[in-house]
Amino acid sequence: MSDTESDTDSTLRAILSDVLGLSTDRVAAFDASTGLFGDLPELDSMAVAGLLTEIEDRLDVVIEDDEVDGELLESYGNLLAFLEGKVAEKA
Amino acid sequence: MIASWPCPGPHGQSEEYAFAFDRGRMVRLLIVPALFDEANRTRRMLVDTMRLLDEAGVDSFLPDLPGCNESLQDFSAQSLHAWQRAMTQAARHFGATDVLAVRGGALVFPHTLPGLVLEPAKGGSILRQLLRARVISAREAGRQEDSAALLEAGRSEGLELAGWHCGASLIAGLESATAQIEGQRIVSQSELGGGGLWLRAEPAAAPEQSAALAQIVLAEIAT
Repeated sequence: MSDTESDTDSTLRAILSDVLGLSTDRVAAFDASTGLFGDLPELDSMAVAGLLTEIEDRLDVVIEDDEVDGELLESYGNLLAFLEGKVAEKA
Repeated sequence: MIASWPCPGPHGQSEEYAFAFDRGRMVRLLIVPALFDEANRTRRMLVDTMRLLDEAGVDSFLPDLPGCNESLQDFSAQSLHAWQRAMTQAARHFGATDVLAVRGGALVFPHTLPGLVLEPAKGGSILRQLLRARVISAREAGRQEDSAALLEAGRSEGLELAGWHCGASLIAGLESATAQIEGQRIVSQSELGGGGLWLRAEPAAAPEQSAALAQIVLAEIAT
């Protein structure tokens, strides 16, 4: 499973780099506690919607409305753990 | 740089705005912008592409969709059909020989013109993203909303999505719309290098992407 997990991790970093316009180096430095929604003012509801839609496309998962809450988007670690769970469910 | 074109609207003809490089040259490219916020995020990149095309001897035209930007028309009166009719009218007015449609612009571009389509978007995906933005912002404000119920209401009464007052016909049209691509070259984001600017949380310039897109356009319309 570690391969799948690292794939999800690198895909998520690549998407955040595209959405936030950050260099891959900056995004590579994100750790589990890096704050997302709330800490990054450019991540408004429209940008979050775009982020989630892009994640669905690239990871081939479906994220339900009721799964999206403040906690999910609070930190990089929370979002990654949620998506790793989604990808594992699919396998 | 600033041009206008006559556009059919619900209350007769109206004048609409276009950003243009028009020196009366043979090759005249109509650029059909992306829809909703994606149009703002990609505009700088497209305008920089237009400058490069101008230097390479190609005229180009970036019209507003009726109801957007400088338009005096009411956004809530718009539909995909109305936008397609408007873009066909703009193509005729400017004497476009080629077209470049961007993302959701592929749902409303005059597909009888040869040209290119950059990362065409499906109407259903655009709508889903707008609904999701609305549900997320409602939740932030402490209200619970449901995408399916919103969509149901939107189909009959229209719906405000991310600040856009969408009429019922626009909602219904988006639900099932797919790009009608008839031989135009599909350009993928990977050919431009870097991430798609429509994904960006904030609008930005991307000179390398503008240069790559201008090269691809020039190669395509020369053949």
